[in-house]
Amino acid sequence: MANVAVADIPAKNPSFSLNIDWSKLATHIVLLLLVIVWTLPTVGLLVSSVRDKDQLTVSGWWSALTTTERTGGGRTSGAEAQKFVDGQFVIEGNLLSEDEKGRTISAFGLTNKTFGENPVGTSVVPKAGGELSVFANGDYRWVSDQEFDFSRGQRVLYVAQIPPRFTLENYVEVLTSEGIDRSFINSFTVTIPATIIPILIAAFAAYALAWMQFPGRGYLVAIVVGLLVVPLQMSLIPILQLYNNVAPMLGVEAKSYLGIWLAHTGFGLPLAIYLLRNYMAGLPKEIMESARMDGASHFKIFTTMVLPLSFPALASFAIFQFLWTWNDLLVATVFLGVGDNELVLTGRLRELIGSRGDNWEILTSGAFISIIVPLAVFFSLQRYFVRGLLAGSVK
Amino acid sequence: MLDQVLNALLTVVIGVGVCVLYFWGANWVLDRLLGSDEQTSANDGLRTKIRPWIFLFPALFFLSLYLIYPVFATMWLSLNGASGENFVGLANFIWAIQDGNFLQSVYNNLLWLIIVPIGATVFGLIVAVMADRLWWGNIAKSLIFMPMAISFVGASVIWKFVYDYRSGESEQIGILNAIVNGLGMEPQVWLQIPFWNNVFLMVILIWIQTGFAMVILSAALRGIPEETLEAARIDGANDLQIFFSIMIPQIFGTIIVVWTTITIVVLKVFDIVLAMTNGQWDTQVLANLMFDWLTRGVDFGRSSTIALVIMIAVLPIMIWNIREVNKEEGTR
Repeated sequence: MANVAVADIPAKNPSFSLNIDWSKLATHIVLLLLVIVWTLPTVGLLVSSVRDKDQLTVSGWWSALTTTERTGGGRTSGAEAQKFVDGQFVIEGNLLSEDEKGRTISAFGLTNKTFGENPVGTSVVPKAGGELSVFANGDYRWVSDQEFDFSRGQRVLYVAQIPPRFTLENYVEVLTSEGIDRSFINSFTVTIPATIIPILIAAFAAYALAWMQFPGRGYLVAIVVGLLVVPLQMSLIPILQLYNNVAPMLGVEAKSYLGIWLAHTGFGLPLAIYLLRNYMAGLPKEIMESARMDGASHFKIFTTMVLPLSFPALASFAIFQFLWTWNDLLVATVFLGVGDNELVLTGRLRELIGSRGDNWEILTSGAFISIIVPLAVFFSLQRYFVRGLLAGSVK
Repeated sequence: MLDQVLNALLTVVIGVGVCVLYFWGANWVLDRLLGSDEQTSANDGLRTKIRPWIFLFPALFFLSLYLIYPVFATMWLSLNGASGENFVGLANFIWAIQDGNFLQSVYNNLLWLIIVPIGATVFGLIVAVMADRLWWGNIAKSLIFMPMAISFVGASVIWKFVYDYRSGESEQIGILNAIVNGLGMEPQVWLQIPFWNNVFLMVILIWIQTGFAMVILSAALRGIPEETLEAARIDGANDLQIFFSIMIPQIFGTIIVVWTTITIVVLKVFDIVLAMTNGQWDTQVLANLMFDWLTRGVDFGRSSTIALVIMIAVLPIMIWNIREVNKEEGTR
C-alpha cells in the first residue's frame, strides 16, 4: 500500500533532467579538500627534496615544473684568449659554467643597472673597447679592430630562464656530508632490539594475566592500565641517575645502546601487555580447556597454541613499537650520546634544523629519509596497525 | 658501523635467547623441584601458585624499574635541588608558580588541551562519516591517516616549510605565505604572531592525530546497527539529523576514548615545540620546559617538578581508565 502511495507523488522537479545528488557531491568536494590539505605539506617536502637547490630557494615547490627566471653573471676570458681572425681581434666563449648549462639567456648588460636592457643577439661596448654580443645559449663574441689589452675578463650580467631541474644531489649531500647515513644505521640499531625484546616478555605476562588464576590478577591488570598513560617525563631523570650510578660500576658508558634498548623495553611493556592480554583473553576458551584436559602444561599451551594464534596482536604491537622507537626523540636524546655513532635520525634532524635551518635542500631530503621507513612500514602493514590502534585505546 | 649493526643483531639473539632460556628453564626447574611425575596434590597446588609469577616476573621487573620506581623517585626529586641530592622542601614548587615561563607553559598547555583534541576529533569524525559514503573513501582515509607514521620532528620540518617566510621582495616559498600573497594580503612571520603562533603549532598535532581519531571513530560508526539508521531514514530524518541525533549519541563513549587518548599525547608532546620555536615567542609548553630544564638547565629538581605537574594532569584520565577496565573485568 505504502509503495503505491509513494509512486503516486509526482517528482518534485520534473524539468530537472539530470538528477544530481547534491549532498553526495558536497561530500566528494569536502573530503577532497581535506585530503588535499592533509597531503599537500608532505608532497611539498617530497617535491622540494628533489629540486635543484638554487631553484628551491627562489621559487615555491608548486612551481617546480615551470621555468624560473633569475639573474646571473659570468666573466669573459681575458685578453690572452684573443685570436686574430679576418683582420679582427676576437674573444669567444661561453658565459655559463658547467652546472649552469641549460639556462636560456634573454637579456644581458655590463652593470647592475643595465643587465636587463640588451636583448640577446645585440651588442654592447665594454670599457676595453670593441663590441660584445651575447647569445641565448650563453655564447659570447667580442670583436674589436684593435688588439685587446686588459688583464681580467669583462663581467657580464644576464637574465636567464632556468628550466626545471630535478636531481638526487640533495640526497647525496645529506647522505654523504651531513651524517644522515650514519644516523640511519643508528636508528635501526636502536629500533630492532627495542622492538623484539619486549614482545616475548610481554607475551608471557599477558598469557598469565589472561589465562592463569592467581590472587592479585585484577590489581595487576589495573596497574598495567594505569601505567599505559604515565608520561615518559616521569621516568627520565630517575633512570638517567640510575644509569649514571650503575654504569661506572660495570665499567661501561652511562649513555649506551644497551641502556636505550632496556629503557624502550620498559616503556613499551604496558601497551604490549595490554594489547596482547586483550587479544589472548579473546581466544576461544574451549581450546584452552581441552588442551588442559589432555594434560598440556601452561608452558606448552602458551608456546604451541597461544603464541601462534596471537600473531596478529604480536604484529600490531611490533609495528607500534617500531614506529614509536623510530620516531622517538625524547628517549634517544636523554639516553644516547650525540656522537656520530649514536645520534639517531630524529636527533640528527633536530640538529640540522638548528644548524642548517635555511638550507631547505638539506632539511627536506633529510626529513624525507627519516620518514621513508615508517611510511613504508605503515603502508605495507596498515591493517595490523589499525587493528592495534582499535585494540589499544582503552575503552 | 658494521660491528654496531652486528652488535644490535647479536643483542636481539642474546635477548631472545635469555628470555627463552629463562622461561623454559624456570618452568623446567619448577617441574623438576616439585616433581611433575608423582602427582601429589600439595605440590601441584604449589606449582599452580608459583607458575604465574614465573611468567610475570620479567615484565614486573621492567615495569617496576622503568615506570613505577621512577614515579616515586621523581616525586622525591621534585623536593630536591638542582643536583637532586639536597632537600629543599617545596622550593621548586614555589619557584614554579612564580616563574613566568612556567605559567606561560601552563596557559599554553591549557590551550593545547582544548584545541587539539577538539580539532582532531572533529576532523576525524567528518572524514570517518564522509569516507564511508564514497567509493574512494579508503584511499582518502589512508592519506589522512599517513601523518600518524611521521615523527614529530619530521612533521615539524614539513610544517616549518609550510610556514616559511621570506622577507622583502623575494618570492615566498612557504605555501601558506604564497596563498596569503595570492589573496593580496601581506605575508606573515607565522611563528612569531603572539597567541596565533601557538595555534599554528597545534595545527601540526591536529594534522597528525586526526588519522587516529578517524580510525577509531570510523570503527565505532560501523558498529551502529544498520536498522537504527534505516529506521531514522524512513522517519524522514535528513543526513544532518541522523548525524547529530543518532550517530553522535551512539558513539559518544568512543569519542571520549579518542578525546582522552589525544589529551595524553598533547601533554607529552615536546618535539614539535622544540623543533619549531623552542618555546620562543611565548609558545613554551610544559613537556618542552621540562626537557629544557633537564638538558640545558641540568636542574633535576625543577625538571622533576614540571614532570610531576604533567603527571598530575594525566592522573584523572588514569583513574578513569582504571575504573572503566575494572568495570569490564567485573562483567567478564
